[in-house]
Amino acid sequence: MEKRCWITSEPLEIEDVTKRVIRREAGAVNTFIGTVREFTKGKRTLYLQYETYKEMAEKKLEQITKEMERQWPSADVVIAHRVGRLEITDVAVIIAVSTPHRNDSYEASRYAIERIKEIVPIWKKEHWEDGEEWIGDQKEVKPGVPLKEEIK
Amino acid sequence: MNTLLFFAGLKEAIGTDEVRLAAAGMTLGEVKEKVRSEYSLDQVNNCMMAVNEEFAPEDTTITEGDTIAFIPPVSGG
Repeated sequence: MEKRCWITSEPLEIEDVTKRVIRREAGAVNTFIGTVREFTKGKRTLYLQYETYKEMAEKKLEQITKEMERQWPSADVVIAHRVGRLEITDVAVIIAVSTPHRNDSYEASRYAIERIKEIVPIWKKEHWEDGEEWIGDQKEVKPGVPLKEEIK
Repeated sequence: MNTLLFFAGLKEAIGTDEVRLAAAGMTLGEVKEKVRSEYSLDQVNNCMMAVNEEFAPEDTTITEGDTIAFIPPVSGG
């Protein structure tokens, strides 16, 4: 069986990820592509450095696809995330979802990216003209205490 | 022995991505506090903790050979 979730330092291929979810039962294929943005709140990014705890991150991506398949049983999901140095406009993440009808594909795709930003151990460091900083978007209820559903 | 793993900003602050510690019998919370005080790093408090590649609550008791990871606020996507 083809891989459903992976992390790589190689460039991501949009076509390769998307075609893995195309199938006869699907009438909708939704591909979310997260790219490296040049300006954030007026500040210019030169490039991003992504780091991961790969073994755990791939497990967490798998967990997200399982959560999605529970909530949208007809969904087929593939997620790929790139790490290492990424330049402006490079593709950082691709989420491909296929479902029989379009509404589920939009909802499931949105769910995946929000969960990635909550529970998958991947970090990015912004490099600006005048400095650098590790970014943390983590939505925690209480620092250091994982949400109940994150512990299984 | 146990392996402690650090990532991102915490790795840079500590100066290494890996430390060995005899932590069997300690709770995860105790390990966290030990690292916080040893390195005087309050950013440890913002970390979620994982044992053997899975998030774990701080009352988890560490056993021999467990790998403990400090997970700073994530920022994938």
